[in-house]
Amino acid sequence: MLSITGLKKTFNPGSVNERLALAGISLEMQPGDVVTIIGGNGAGKSTLLNMIAGVFPADEGKIIIDGQAVESLPEHARASYIGRVFQDPMMGTAASMTIEENLAMALKRGAKRGLRRGIKNKDRNFFREQLSLLGLGLENRLTTKVGLLSGGQRQALTLLMATLVTPKLLLLDEHTAALDPNTGQKVLQLTENIIEKNRLTTLMVTHNMEDALRIGNRTIMMHEGKIILDISGTKRKNTGISDLLEMFKKASGQSITNDRMLLAN
Amino acid sequence: MTASVWLGVLEQGLLWGVMVLGVYITFRVLDFPDLTVDGSFTLGAAVAARVIFDGYDPWLGTALALACGIMAGCVTGFLNTKLRIAPLLSGILMMIALYSINLRVMGNKSMLSLLRMDTIFTGVAGLGVPQNLAVVTLGSVAVTLICYLLYTFLQTEVGMALRATGDNEQMIRSLGVNTNTTKITGLALGNGLVALSGALVAQYQSYSDVGMGIGMIVVGLASVIMGEVIFGQGTLLRSLVAVILGSVVYRAVIALVMRLGLPTTDLKLFTAVLVVLAMSSPIIKEKVSTLQSRGKERGQGAVNNRS
Repeated sequence: MLSITGLKKTFNPGSVNERLALAGISLEMQPGDVVTIIGGNGAGKSTLLNMIAGVFPADEGKIIIDGQAVESLPEHARASYIGRVFQDPMMGTAASMTIEENLAMALKRGAKRGLRRGIKNKDRNFFREQLSLLGLGLENRLTTKVGLLSGGQRQALTLLMATLVTPKLLLLDEHTAALDPNTGQKVLQLTENIIEKNRLTTLMVTHNMEDALRIGNRTIMMHEGKIILDISGTKRKNTGISDLLEMFKKASGQSITNDRMLLAN
Repeated sequence: MTASVWLGVLEQGLLWGVMVLGVYITFRVLDFPDLTVDGSFTLGAAVAARVIFDGYDPWLGTALALACGIMAGCVTGFLNTKLRIAPLLSGILMMIALYSINLRVMGNKSMLSLLRMDTIFTGVAGLGVPQNLAVVTLGSVAVTLICYLLYTFLQTEVGMALRATGDNEQMIRSLGVNTNTTKITGLALGNGLVALSGALVAQYQSYSDVGMGIGMIVVGLASVIMGEVIFGQGTLLRSLVAVILGSVVYRAVIALVMRLGLPTTDLKLFTAVLVVLAMSSPIIKEKVSTLQSRGKERGQGAVNNRS
């Protein structure tokens, strides 16, 4: 479903701020694969997701989604393949617009937009039905402006928007990190339900190692723009958090310095 | 103030209101501080005046003004999105470029008089509308029609993408919208309305002047902000109506201060101060309320000490 070969990216090349973000990433994902990504600060996790989504162009390398080479397509042209949820709950929704307007825009992800009415009556029923699956009571608040919702509600709405039209690939970038632990767990549970129900091929960045090992069928660890660990199957099943820390140390030659990753456990 | 003054306020509020709607589109909906407005307002006036001056139909002149404004907006959008020039600078560049273009349109004259020539207002008066109500009638019809069209458009798929571009560009791009296109669309629409307003105003006051657009963006902002503060912005329709009413209120305030003896030459200064006050009102309110609560605490402290 997703095939990445030799993906490289350097930010601000030739300047004092030059930073190698991705040092040749290759990754193959089968349909239905749910891969969790962990790694320290600046390991390139978010950059990898942003490159797949097309936020900035790659220096080198190929990205193929569902048989289609996308590396030269601009971000908006890749949207038909990709659903995204960002770390910042404010990023995934338009605050000044209503819940139904946000959902209507998501319903048109990747499709051509014209001068038809943005929200049709039959859409409203569909929105209500989908919102009720979130269990947050939002189905009765279709005309509420999204800016009035809490961070958790907005993130759950973003998740629904990202998957309203089933994407070929779902990208989750630490999407529960900015929420309080309780809400974060709820949103994560919703995420798992939605992924399972739609059999979504998913890449999920997380700072929580327990979640990283529990969710999905494969875990990769990144460090300095490279994939330094890639475990799945029984090996992954028999791996604990302390093993993961040990593996990180062995592969990178240093211990994990990301406070959030340690505190999260 | 006499009835004729109030009528004048209403006329001006409506005709300049079309410009205010344009500013609302770029400044509020698209969140793009577009200074092209100063140039495109005059552009509309110049185009309409020239067409009428040369003896063609005033409706044709008005339509051409709208089209020219749309083109001006497209160029600003091109500078910003394709050439990556910052929004403010794109607008300033277009404003300056349009100054020369406007002079050319008016045949290298700084003023073009339309005295005793047929305009769309004399045309309406010819249809049986009382002479003194022609401007208000046509202005109301135009503003109502434009409001309705804008309201409908902003709820279409493209219109919603336009609003989302101003609200959260990253989000709408991730939903597959080319935000360069939506920005150019919004700027074209906004400047089209501004130029249309310029064309109406030129025919209303029977001349176009190369300097008539100076400070227009500030007038637009003053009207938008006053409208929103006084009449609210709960829903889309309410915002659109509020903005038009804001334009009328602005003209009323101007008429009032001129009555009170403010020289015409100080009008722009007055308008600028008005915008500064309106924009800083949240901060001023905050300061005042903290000062008040502090004062109260102090007062209570004194009472407690005494007891």
